[in-house]
Amino acid sequence: MTSFRSLRFHMDWQGQKLAEQIMQMMLLVSAVIAFVAGYVLGSFQMMMIVYAGGVTLTALITVPNWPFFNHHPLNWLDPSEAEKHPKPQVTVSSKKKGTKK
Amino acid sequence: MHSFGYRLNGLLTFSLTILAIMCAITSLSDNLNTPSPSAEIQIMNINWFQKQPQGNDEVSLTMNISADLQSLFTWNTKQLFIFVAAEYETPKNSLNQVSLWDAIIPAKEHAKFWIHTSNKYRFVDQGNNLRGKEFNLTLHWHVMPKTGKMFADKIVLTGYSFPEEYR
Repeated sequence: MTSFRSLRFHMDWQGQKLAEQIMQMMLLVSAVIAFVAGYVLGSFQMMMIVYAGGVTLTALITVPNWPFFNHHPLNWLDPSEAEKHPKPQVTVSSKKKGTKK
Repeated sequence: MHSFGYRLNGLLTFSLTILAIMCAITSLSDNLNTPSPSAEIQIMNINWFQKQPQGNDEVSLTMNISADLQSLFTWNTKQLFIFVAAEYETPKNSLNQVSLWDAIIPAKEHAKFWIHTSNKYRFVDQGNNLRGKEFNLTLHWHVMPKTGKMFADKIVLTGYSFPEEYR
């Protein structure tokens, strides 16, 4: 059941890229298979059915946040650790004052 | 692809765009079809040929229409709309077309047929020019697709003529 709980959270960056690539590839492949099937069988309805099946399969694989999209999680810094390392100070630029001198 | 909704939206829009492209290619594939239709129309009888009170000629005829239009059907054809028109020339109009009969053919199996029928629509001239007039009977068809471009063509059958006198 842990896989269902992890669906609540977002994919990591690598996962998002993977999901987009899989989605585009699967939709194009579904379209090609559907058209060839329809043309060979001489049935427009068959083309539509095969394509609809392909779209549904793609949706099931790429839209939910499956665990294999989370193999490269970003580890954000723990808040208690962040306090130990102070933020670097942003110094106001003194170049203009220097040229005036 | 930041969230569930974002991915779902992307999937839907991309799949619909691809669907539109598939329909366009399907319509283009209709151009690969080389049809070879044939048709024959016999006028069995001129039922009556009168001049109406308003002065226009009217004729009723019985035809025997036979045709083989099966080669017009493709995988992208929804139905075939056909009609028979009488075409002739008068001093007033260079071309008169009067539709006499039409039908919708929903499937390839029904595209080879013959029918014995009187004209479905009244054949009335603009004037009284029909006596002894020669005319053509044209079988027109519109190939209505499931998606994309509609094709229309016809077969012209010549050699028909009206009687010299009213009956």
